[in-house]
Amino acid sequence: MILFDTVTKLYASQTHPALEDVSLEIEKGEFVFLVGPSGSGKSTFLRLVLREERPASGNVWVLGKDLSRLSNWKIPTLRREIGTVFQDFRLLPNKSVFENVAFALEVIGKPKALIKKVVPEVLEVVGLEGKEHRRPDELSGGEQQRVAIARAFVNRPKMLIADEPTGNLDPGTSVGIMKLLDRINRLGTTVVMSTHDAQIVDQMRRRVIELENGHVVRDQSRGVYGYVR
Amino acid sequence: MRAEFVASEVGNGLRRNLTMTLAVIITVAVSLSLFGVSLLVRAQVDTMKDFWYDKVEVSIFLCAKGSDTPSCAGGAVTAGQRDQIEADLESLRPLVQDIYYESQAEAYVRFQEQFSSSPIADSVNESALPESFRVKLADPTQYDVVASAFSGRPGIEQVNDQRQVLDKFFQLLGGLQAIALIIAVVMLVVTVLLVANTMRVAAFSRRRETSIMRLVGASNLYIQLPFLLEAAVSAGIGAILAVGGLVLAKSVIIDQVLAPSFQFTSFVGWDAVVGIAPILILVGIGLSGIAAFLTLRKYLRV
Repeated sequence: MILFDTVTKLYASQTHPALEDVSLEIEKGEFVFLVGPSGSGKSTFLRLVLREERPASGNVWVLGKDLSRLSNWKIPTLRREIGTVFQDFRLLPNKSVFENVAFALEVIGKPKALIKKVVPEVLEVVGLEGKEHRRPDELSGGEQQRVAIARAFVNRPKMLIADEPTGNLDPGTSVGIMKLLDRINRLGTTVVMSTHDAQIVDQMRRRVIELENGHVVRDQSRGVYGYVR
Repeated sequence: MRAEFVASEVGNGLRRNLTMTLAVIITVAVSLSLFGVSLLVRAQVDTMKDFWYDKVEVSIFLCAKGSDTPSCAGGAVTAGQRDQIEADLESLRPLVQDIYYESQAEAYVRFQEQFSSSPIADSVNESALPESFRVKLADPTQYDVVASAFSGRPGIEQVNDQRQVLDKFFQLLGGLQAIALIIAVVMLVVTVLLVANTMRVAAFSRRRETSIMRLVGASNLYIQLPFLLEAAVSAGIGAILAVGGLVLAKSVIIDQVLAPSFQFTSFVGWDAVVGIAPILILVGIGLSGIAAFLTLRKYLRV
């Protein structure tokens, strides 16, 4: 699914690399937590997977493709296979729940009939049936994140990347979101999630990759959060 | 590609950015109108050249009694000199198309006709007017050949080219055309900058949408097309307004004002307007499309 081979990423404005000599592999169907303090390289890792950034050296393989050899016009095809969820939800405020999810399919040219069929299905998966016509500002934070997850998942991607998806949510709501991500993972989707939430990591008992100053300092198959902020 | 989705995006974009859309439409209309006018003036100059160059002739005035140019020092032209000049003119065919000899008597009749209502007519007698050869050239621009062959020869007072008078007039029109063209080019530059800025604002105001589109894997074409079409639609509307202005200029200013008061010459026909219209539309849509494309490449990267 994801293979990092001695990857170093150096941003132009910084002297210290954001990632240095990182090698790791994430298998199909895994659920992986990415932990570490702010600035440890979690976001850079995720941006490299999405090919929003290119490494200074080393190779990144995603879904069997060597990203350094992927031409620009093929990037959209790659991203259609990867769903993304963010801390700030990134919903369109002037569109309804249904329209927000449908938007992801419209812009990749899917036919209307298909959209009418699959959007209600995915809204049921995330537990938002009956709220299709609400606007994002009429929903709670947890519900908004469910819409974002529905949008990321509606095209049935092989992988879901979540960048601190519970960062803006209270603990009770976070549990619901984690249950949803776990369910999506059980449907066969690889999930990579960066987080600061120790409680969640400790409860889920999944693989934990810890980054610090751009290095992998820990990679445990059934890990806990482990470090004190 | 779903046309309906793209079309609704374009409509939304144009409405949301209404002031900028209007600004683009107006500058495109004004700059293309000026551009069209300069093209129309050039077509007019060409029309007038065709019209007048067919009629202009080179006049070779022969020495009359009392001519005071050095080549006339020997007094009035002799029959021998006249025959030699005519023979030399004949030898310049086919450059020389027609040769017409005007005697002093004919010159006097024409003079009386031209100045019939003026007291000058009575003060001139036949012997004061020069006889002349009126020469029509196959190619009026080759005037110099005739002038260098004949001016200064004994028996010839002066070689006159009517085209020189016309050329002054054409230069004036050419100057007007150049001014219109310069203003048009400046305005087109302004238009390009305005379109670029409009696209920048549009890309910024829709950065949420476009960033989501990128994330879910929309192709570049899908992301950029609504913006490009917006630029093309507003430029197209501006260009159509400019064509309307041109049609108005032709039907009102030329057909109703200029043509009735200047009946001695011909004016550009509708074929010129029909020829210019597609140029304006292509230039308008092309320029703003290119400006938009280059701007978007910078602001909507993959």
